Amino acid sequence: MSGLIINDVSMTFSLPDGGSVEALKNINLNIKKGELMSVLGPSGCGKTTLLNILAGFLAPTAGEISLNEDKVTGPSSERGMVFQKGALFEWMNVSDNIGFGPRMAGRPAAETKERTDELLETVGLQDFGQKMIYELSGGMQQRVALARCLANDPDVVLMDEPLGALDALTREKMQSLVLDLWKKTGKTIILITHSVEEALLLGERLLVMAPRPGRVHKEYRLPFAELGVGADLREVKRHKDFGPTRDEILNMIWDMEEEIMGRTESA
Amino acid sequence: MLGEIIDLIFTTFWMILGIAAIFAIYLIVSGLCNFAYSIYSRTKDAATGFGSLKTVTFGDESSVTANRVASIAAVITIFVLWGIATGSKLIPFTILPPPFVGETSFTYTATNAAGETADAQVFVYVAAQGEEGAAAPEITNSATGFAKDDSLLVSERRTKIIRAQNNDDGGKEEGYRVTAINGNPIAPTEIATFADGEVLMTSKGSLQVRPRTGLTMEALYLPPPEQVWNRFLNLAAEGYQGVGLGENLFWSLIRVVLGFALGCLFGIPLGFAMGLSSWFRGWFDPIVEFMRPVPPLALIPLIIIWFGIGEQGKISLLFLAALWIMTIAARAGVSGVNISKVHAAYSLGATKTQLLMKVILPNSLPEIFTGARVAMGVCWGTVVAAELVAAEKGAGKMIIAASKFQLTDIVIVGIILIGVIGYGIDVLMRIAEDKLVPWKGRG
Repeated sequence: MSGLIINDVSMTFSLPDGGSVEALKNINLNIKKGELMSVLGPSGCGKTTLLNILAGFLAPTAGEISLNEDKVTGPSSERGMVFQKGALFEWMNVSDNIGFGPRMAGRPAAETKERTDELLETVGLQDFGQKMIYELSGGMQQRVALARCLANDPDVVLMDEPLGALDALTREKMQSLVLDLWKKTGKTIILITHSVEEALLLGERLLVMAPRPGRVHKEYRLPFAELGVGADLREVKRHKDFGPTRDEILNMIWDMEEEIMGRTESA
Repeated sequence: MLGEIIDLIFTTFWMILGIAAIFAIYLIVSGLCNFAYSIYSRTKDAATGFGSLKTVTFGDESSVTANRVASIAAVITIFVLWGIATGSKLIPFTILPPPFVGETSFTYTATNAAGETADAQVFVYVAAQGEEGAAAPEITNSATGFAKDDSLLVSERRTKIIRAQNNDDGGKEEGYRVTAINGNPIAPTEIATFADGEVLMTSKGSLQVRPRTGLTMEALYLPPPEQVWNRFLNLAAEGYQGVGLGENLFWSLIRVVLGFALGCLFGIPLGFAMGLSSWFRGWFDPIVEFMRPVPPLALIPLIIIWFGIGEQGKISLLFLAALWIMTIAARAGVSGVNISKVHAAYSLGATKTQLLMKVILPNSLPEIFTGARVAMGVCWGTVVAAELVAAEKGAGKMIIAASKFQLTDIVIVGIILIGVIGYGIDVLMRIAEDKLVPWKGRG
């Protein structure tokens, strides 16, 4: 069976004082090729842990992950990752950052250059190839991060709050770009976010996770991502279902947060 | 013990007074310059630019930059104070009285055994420092009584004893004595002054002549700037003790470069090993943490016992001086790599070797450069110190050898050149840093 399969994954961290934390408990998910899934949840619900397990940076204490029937045992170029910030290589210019994956794989220089130029154009940075990373704004840096990840042509793109550090306007533009890239490349994308609106816009499938132990609380299938491709995202936000769904999820997360704070009764 | 400590406290107290006095002079000059500069800058148009509109500047670190006018004025001030203190000819007017040089004389009054008195003169020639062929003035006795004129040669700032009565008639008789200098009465252990100095009568009745010493410093302690400059030109042309100035500096530099290069060659891989492997970090931690606080200078005796005074010892010393600094810098560089970068590289398909060469190494370069700057500074200080102890050539060797012959000007030339070269090394390292790691501090 192809696609990304998460089979009964649990993750327990042991603490120095002898106790342990169940970061994830019995997660089962089947993510089809080309799916755009956003993951939402209060802090401590294990969503970053889940993403790290998918990327292969962590091995789960139980269960397993497989991608196209191959078991995931470590990081690989099949599963690209876009980080919130700080993951670009400052000692390389934009083109060299984007071409990093193909160069490491030993691809011919001409092919790498062609691929890099193509991606520069895709993310709208065609004039910035020779710039150094520190000369770019935060939004441009995230465009580079996206392009660098896509340069390897991964099957799955994992995004760990990629737009979290951007200002509202830049963020909106980048959300459109992510949707365009999703449609254009047909990649499976899993995106973690703190913003409910972003999760609604960038998820055909939206996972709300709950903490202690980290688990899937509720799953939604949403039309907004499809509607947003090539469209004005503000228009999408005026969709009749957008507001109610947003409020429902916000209340859900609000209740979870209250529970964490131990104020269930008063809430 | 207690007494020594009390002595120490008193010595320190007097030193504090001295330092405060010198510092106060320097600050007063600074204040005057600042006043002059503020009047001058008021005549110009008001400054423009964003910074000029800031109302909060006191406490705003970003609005404080080094005022270059102040820097230049400060350096000039040092040279001017130096010139004044040493009575330099570069200072066009006299501020501190110089020591007396040239011909002078005084009259003494003697009383003989019979109780008669007579006057005679002592002609004194005070020879300037370094003056050749100076001799006591020739005299033709013009005295009329039983006392006879004398002549005396004294060096600048020195004293000389003369027994004026020796050539007088009856001067060796019991009861013959000098009673006055220029009419001022004098007795044994008393001092009488004359126009260009003073005379102290010893307990045995001789006269110790001390021409006026002035207030300027003697070249033995601090030579005037022009003398240091001339010595520099002379050293550059002829060298000292058969070794050229350039040769001395070259040998110091080559030792530093070799020692530093060896330190990098071993220290950087060691630091990487410590940053990448728990075992190696555990293995090398004790020795690195132990050797780090040991000043390289404390190793000189051991190094001399082991290697003697040859080049090997000095290079080993510099190697040890640079090694720990570079190890710690490389280790810090590796530890400082953002885990996101490592994760990103692995996700992009990099192997461990590729990660090391393409991510960890360039990522640690800024730290390594910072370490290299510190290491170069320490090595330069250490090589001079090592040469002071034992060397055939080198900047340190030159100044310690000159100091044994009290050639203070060579010592000062050496110190200035050591400072200039040390600063030059740091400037070069900073330029290299800007060229090679332009991303430093912008991660």
